[in-house]
Formats: sequence, structure tokens, C-alpha cells
Amino acid sequence: MNLAVQIGKLTLQNPVMVASGTFGYGVEYARLIDLNRLGAVVVKGIRLGPVRGNPPPRTVEVTSGLINAIGLQGPGVDGFIEKYWPFLQGLKVPTIINIWGTTVDEYAEVARRFDALGGVGALELNVSCPNIKEGGSQFGTDCKLLAEVVAACRRATTLPLITKLSPNVVNIAPYARAAEEAGSDALAIMNSYPALAIDLETRRPKLANVTGGLTGPCIKPIALKLVWDAAKAVRIPIIGMGGIQSAADALEFLVVGATAVAVGTANFYEPQTALEVIAGMREFLQRKGIEDVREWTGSLRA
Amino acid sequence: MLGGGVLERTVPILTHERDTGGYFRLAVRAPDITPLVQPGQFAHVRILPLKSALLRRPFSIFQVAGETFSILYKAVGQGTEVLSRMRPGEELNVIAPLGRGFTVPRAGDSRPLLVAGGYGMAALYLLAQRAPEKGIVFVGGRRRQDILCVDEFRALGWEVRITTEDGSLGEPGLVTQPLVEELRRESAGRKLFACGPTGMLRAVGRIAEERGMAAELSMDEHMCCGVGVCLTCVIPVKTSAGWEYQRTCMEGPVFDARQVVWETDP
Repeated sequence: MNLAVQIGKLTLQNPVMVASGTFGYGVEYARLIDLNRLGAVVVKGIRLGPVRGNPPPRTVEVTSGLINAIGLQGPGVDGFIEKYWPFLQGLKVPTIINIWGTTVDEYAEVARRFDALGGVGALELNVSCPNIKEGGSQFGTDCKLLAEVVAACRRATTLPLITKLSPNVVNIAPYARAAEEAGSDALAIMNSYPALAIDLETRRPKLANVTGGLTGPCIKPIALKLVWDAAKAVRIPIIGMGGIQSAADALEFLVVGATAVAVGTANFYEPQTALEVIAGMREFLQRKGIEDVREWTGSLRA
Repeated sequence: MLGGGVLERTVPILTHERDTGGYFRLAVRAPDITPLVQPGQFAHVRILPLKSALLRRPFSIFQVAGETFSILYKAVGQGTEVLSRMRPGEELNVIAPLGRGFTVPRAGDSRPLLVAGGYGMAALYLLAQRAPEKGIVFVGGRRRQDILCVDEFRALGWEVRITTEDGSLGEPGLVTQPLVEELRRESAGRKLFACGPTGMLRAVGRIAEERGMAAELSMDEHMCCGVGVCLTCVIPVKTSAGWEYQRTCMEGPVFDARQVVWETDP
């Protein structure tokens, strides 16, 4: 059976990756799972310099979900290359680097740096983080800015570009098309949804940042709809994500048009999830008599 | 000290008993985890019957005996409520041992001083057991039901000094009062190890700082992944360049008191 899929010029041995921000820099989970069985490792968002992140509390559990406002804490490009790249470079599966900036130029510069590094699988443009004051979703909720960021990164690198879109738009189709037309090789749908949790006794928000991004099983139906809408609007592959915790969840994303999927929040409570999704996907397709996972993609009877 | 390996295992509950008040003791059989455990490390537990919440819950590893390890916890929220109703024979999924624990004193070191608030005692037990020199453990709580494990520490040959805020057991007042008295007698060269609520840890840190003593504090922070990726459980820690957020689950839960930043500029 074939599980291999193509994201631009990047071949994945299977369509199951992990979502940025839920898997650190790979090395942390290498203690618990065999990373070389994944489709790809996607690392936490990196900008040019180090980022301290938001004050705690940074996450709160809600019904069937999690709200986070980490604030993209990270070591910056140089810190990442020094501390984490030697490990990631040794993996047999591709590393996808999630990048962000506060200006179009910064996105392009980070893209250039990783292009020059050599050995990177792809770049994922984070234009959709809801938890930072500048950068992030300001680029993902304005078609013109989105096109500028993608085009600038396109000029900066020949690496496959994946644009990670915000769910916080009335209609995702124009954003999907803007990214495609500006040279994005693929889309990642979706980032977290802006959300709020409060403590009634103290009348305070549960997060120091007040608001955060909602993820986990409760967002899956929203994410499925967005993937479905985007898949009808573009020809480039889509990586679907949002609440995946089983092979069935992943197969639902594929059937509405995703070429690949990412396991996110589930990593936090069950590190084996991505590997279980791969095994379950194989089993399901076998039972359905489907030889190639690509036949399942976009096969929704609607 | 940083432990060796970490494992994820589905393990059976062997015993599960109510302690005082709302506290429980739970032991699981985990033969390949127990040899790895260092004092002050924790287990990240997925409470399998808990369907309404997603995340694991972290618990200090209390006792290790052969193929079993135990935790001591208080039923305080939906996770621990569901856990408290589980019975021997039922299973939990654990990732353990995790985190950087206490530095076990070496032979010839001065008599260690342990400071615990409530179930903070659990995190200190293995340290007391493995320390070559028996010392004093100061334990405090709001009321007598919050004073746990006293017999176990005494059985190890440790001196236990108890305080309760309502005076229902031991001396009335805060755990830091008898500690300060003891340090007035002698503080040079002695070291503090503490686990308990943040207010208590901060007070212990200040006491150590004022006397130029070393102190290791086990920080109790809200946790999510437990393995270093989500960056939920961070606290501000001093660096050469100022301070940065470090992970309680990886760089901690035990920190050198001198490294902890208690107040940061907004």
C-alpha cells in the first residue's frame, strides 16, 4: 500500500506530521517515540531573534480542548541552529520549520537563513498566531499582506513553502488563493481559534494574556469545514489539522481534500497519537481495499 | 539530578487508600520505571476514565519499593476526583520519571534540612530515604489533616517538626518559624530542600538568601505536556543576560533558590 504523499517537491513517507508548537524541536519526544516513522517533524515557530514569550498562566484546559497563549517563546534562528539543528539533521524524515516575523522583511530574512542552512524539508509560514502583538495573524487576515509575505519568502528561498492560515476569517477561499498565487506550494489549515476562559470566582481571565487560541478535539468540525472550503478553491496540497486524535479523524481530513494531516494538541496528552494514526490509517485503507492513500484524498461524496 | 531514561507505560493500580482528609495514596506496578526514579522527579499520569478533560496530571513520586511506585495526592479538581474513585486492578497510563529532581546529599555533608507544606512531603520522601545523613524535616499545614507521612519520615530515623496554622497539631504557626529557630542555632554550611505552595517556597528562598545558604526548591506549577514541548509550566529564572522563562518540567521542578526570579518587570 502506498501512503507516500507529495508537498511541493517534498516527499513524505506517509501523510501524518505533527503540528508546530505541539512537538517542540523533536528531540523532546524522541525519548518516547520513533520520530523516523512520522511523515515529517514540524518545529515550533522561529523568528530571527530569541523570544521570551507571554507571562504564565499560558494554557487552560476547557471542555474537549485547550486554550493557549504561549507567545511563541523560542531561541531565534541562531539559537535554534546551534541547539536543535544537529539533532534534527540526523533524522531520516524531513524537518519542516515554522517561521514568523513582525515585518515582511523579517519573514524573508528568516526564510533566507534556513534556505542557506541546507537540509531543511520545507518552511511553514506562520501568518496566523493569535497570541502575539505584532506579526502572526495580522498577516493572515489581510489578503494583500498575506500575498506580500508569501511572495517575499518565495523570492528568498527555493524550499517548499507551506502557508499556515488563520481560521478567523469570514471566507477562507480568498486567503487560500492569495497564498497559492503568491507562490505557496501548500497550505496548512488551521491555526488555533481566538478564545477566552474566565474564572468566575475571581472574575479574572484564566490566561495572563487574557485571550488565547483554542485547539483540541472541539475544533475538529470547524477545521474540516475550512479544509473543505479551501480544497475547492486551490490546486495546491492542503495539510489539515485541528483536533486530530485518531486515524478516523485524520481520514476525515483527507476525505474532504487534505493531502496530509498534522497531529497537534493530542501530542500533549498522548505522545503515541501520530504513530497510532499512521497504523490505523493503513488498516482502514486496507479494509476499504484502497491501494493508495491519494485515492482517498478529496473523495467526499457530497 | 537529571534522571536517565523516561518511559510511557500503562500500569495497574495495586493499592489505593484514603489518607487523612481529602488525601489519597496510590501505588502502581511499573517494574521498568522504578529503577530510573531520582528523588524529586514526577510522573505524568493519564487518568484513563477521565473523559471530560484531555490533559495528564503531574504527581511527585512518593515512595519506590521494588516494582512499585506510589503517589500521594489531594482530590482537588475533576482529574483527581475521577482518580480518587479508581480501584486496584484498573489501569493508568504514566510517563515517568520526569524532571530534574533534588541533589542527593553526599556522605560527610551537613545534616540536611527539609521543608514541606502539605503534600509537598511526598516529593521529599525519597530524598530523605537516600540521604546518607539523617536530618530534620519541617512540615507545615493549615490543620492537622494536612500533615502527612510523619510516621514514614520517623521510621527513616528523621526528626520531624510539625506546625499547623490552626494549632491542631504540633506548634501553632507557619513552617518557617521552627526552621528559623533551628537556623539561629546553626546555619553555616547547611542546605535546605523544600516542596510546597509557592508562598512557602518563596519564604524558604528568602531565609536561605539572608543567611547565604544553599536551597533547592521544587516548584509546583500548572503543567500541560510535562515533557518540555508546550512551554506552559515556565517560571522566570536568572541568566547571565537577565532572566528567561524556563520549564518546570525539564529544567525543574527543582531549582536552585538563587536562580528563581520571584518578581519580574511587566
